[in-house]
Amino acid sequence: MYTAEREMTENVLRISNVNTRKCMKCGKCSGACPAFDKMDIHPHQFVSMVEKGDIEGLMNSKTLWSCLSCFACVERCPRNVEPAKLIEAVRLSVIRKQGENRLKADDIPVLLDDELPQQAIVSAFRKFSK
Amino acid sequence: MIFSYYPGCTLKTKAKELDEYARKSAKVLGITLEELPDWQCCGAVYPLAQDEIATRLSSVRALVSAKDVDRDLVTLCSACHHVIKRVNHDMETNEDIRTKVNNYLELDEDYRGETNVVHYLELLRDVIGFDELRKKVINPLKGKKIGAYYGCLLLRPSKTMEFDNPENPTIMEDFIRAIGGDPVIYPYRNECCGGYIALNKKELTQERCNSIVASAIEKDADMLITACPLCMYNLDINSTEQKLPVYYFTELLAEALGVK
Ligand code: SF4
Ligand code: SF4
Repeated sequence: MYTAEREMTENVLRISNVNTRKCMKCGKCSGACPAFDKMDIHPHQFVSMVEKGDIEGLMNSKTLWSCLSCFACVERCPRNVEPAKLIEAVRLSVIRKQGENRLKADDIPVLLDDELPQQAIVSAFRKFSK
Repeated sequence: MIFSYYPGCTLKTKAKELDEYARKSAKVLGITLEELPDWQCCGAVYPLAQDEIATRLSSVRALVSAKDVDRDLVTLCSACHHVIKRVNHDMETNEDIRTKVNNYLELDEDYRGETNVVHYLELLRDVIGFDELRKKVINPLKGKKIGAYYGCLLLRPSKTMEFDNPENPTIMEDFIRAIGGDPVIYPYRNECCGGYIALNKKELTQERCNSIVASAIEKDADMLITACPLCMYNLDINSTEQKLPVYYFTELLAEALGVK
């Protein structure tokens, strides 16, 4: 691995505190995932790509923005790998960079309706902006 | 019995009924919910990142505030419960997070996850008991076929939430039976409604909600109940194909207890 690659991988492992080597590639996480068909890289593949150090590829994947953080993958994983934490760590690796926020305050007014609970706005900001 | 109570910001605005009916019902059941004097928004999302400290602080402040008066902390919104319970777990088990948070807050005594966090449904099940609740019901919801919508946040990850069996939960169905209704078990009751993407990926949220509502209708439910304002919004507004009325579980509770 090149140094930059290694640094990115270490960063993801540090933010997530996940041990990718525990994964036995059984695919149960992907089987449980409700957003499976909206993802280009599925949860079990995501774990393998972090292990191989291909963070760049993951940072460009649709998966980051389709994952619902529903923790079905975490619940079902027989090895307690917690794939959702890896997806969050890569998502953060993207939005923590300057100018990479996926939701901006200016975007909000047109998205509002009378019934929308505050919780929806607060949580969307937490997930998609820094 | 007196408990500290954390309502959270949505219960002060869009989800006032969730809060109001909970308080009224608690009174009838002999429970005093004492709102924490100084709570702040929990942030609505549990910070999965291990290096985020600031986003954990408001939960810890609430937990410390309950500890100071030596009471369990009752929550009601599924998201607040999820965030506060998991941050409490971090404070109990994660030395790195615990040290950083305590260094920042400079409390008289370090906080180590001592507060017991109890969801209102757990209060009904474990403190009052569903049998006792049944005795207090004066308007049983007879003949109503009610689908419990659990969603994600109360159940998962079950190792930390310790709320119920994550694959086959029963607490809300037992609650429905206690207030005289007929629980409807449907496959999608613990599937995600797409809460976090409701703003910026509406189509995907709608797909999720349509599957959930269709699944409940297929099993003959007349209505759904939830503990989460965002699930409520999604199931109601973002179901675009078929519709079911959605209520907060506390509204049905208040109705059954005759305090609505
Ligand atoms: S369920 Fe767990 S062990 Fe199985 S592939 Fe997914 S992460 Fe790996
Ligand atoms: S947390 Fe994300 S990856 Fe895991 S099951 Fe849910 S949507 Fe899929």
